[in-house]
Amino acid sequence: MDTMNVCCNQITPSNSKELHVLAVDDSNIDRKVIERLLKISSFKVTVVDSGSRALQYLGLEQESNSTHFDDLKVNLIITDYSMPGMTGFELLKKIKNSSTLKQIPVVIMSSENILTRIDRCLEEGAEDYLLKPVKLSDVTRLKDSILKTETTGIDQLQSCRIKRKRNDDWLPQPAPKFARL
Amino acid sequence: MAAVSQLQRQFIEYTTSLYNEGYLDDQFTQLQKLQDESNPDFVVEVVSLFFEDSEKLLNNLATALQQKIVDYKQVDSHVHQFKGSSSSIGAQRVTTVCVHFRNYCDEQNLDGCLRCLQQLNHEYILVRNKLEALFRLEQQILQAGGSIPMME
Repeated sequence: MDTMNVCCNQITPSNSKELHVLAVDDSNIDRKVIERLLKISSFKVTVVDSGSRALQYLGLEQESNSTHFDDLKVNLIITDYSMPGMTGFELLKKIKNSSTLKQIPVVIMSSENILTRIDRCLEEGAEDYLLKPVKLSDVTRLKDSILKTETTGIDQLQSCRIKRKRNDDWLPQPAPKFARL
Repeated sequence: MAAVSQLQRQFIEYTTSLYNEGYLDDQFTQLQKLQDESNPDFVVEVVSLFFEDSEKLLNNLATALQQKIVDYKQVDSHVHQFKGSSSSIGAQRVTTVCVHFRNYCDEQNLDGCLRCLQQLNHEYILVRNKLEALFRLEQQILQAGGSIPMME
């Protein structure tokens, strides 16, 4: 009769390195594209079509956290700026004002390259502001930045990288500000 | 096989002309990068969504501009959506018309808006026809046993 040495091995979750992104966009085309961009970059993705659905989902996430269920934990929120009902900016504010959600980095996507809008988003605590259409290189860059934040616990406001490119809506702007720490 | 390489050449020439003539821009190439064996129909799926969306928007725009009192905010909102979706698939000429359209909305210029709607219809039909032709070429290549040349 052997003594049973049963070690409760923590089964390493297959998703232990996989970051979970909540993507928010009212356009079905953009939802399909961002979902694919994120999946190709090895993110786990949940897509919703509005700010209120995003908050609903995050509310559910809060509940499940209390039962130590890791699967729903959101590591990043990426949201369109211009949405009917709740804008991406309003969603950002609600998240940053929530004691339970404010630590989740939020990235804004917008087709408008307007400096005042970008500044407002960053001041409100957005991690980054991506110009649409979002490219694979944007998502890769984002992933590196989030991974660094996750592993070193650096405050999310420390990295601000704003991509600018000319498009038809380009307004003459002062030189972009880059905060490098 | 002679047939396959001929089709592939045709495909390359046609695609190149679409880029050169401004029908498509880099974003279309970006979409193709997202297609692979696990998602072999990704581009067709996204473009199909675009076609559906566009037809709805064009109808909505026509209706909105026919109102006795035109709600330019509503018109602008439709155009904004159209601008976004066309830009997301790389339909550059459609996006360009949307930009001008939005300016006319800002000015509440009905004539300008109506002209832009006409242009929008025109450019949309053009790009739809061209994309459908492109997808047909792709199918022909695949059916002949060849592979689709990747755009750089």
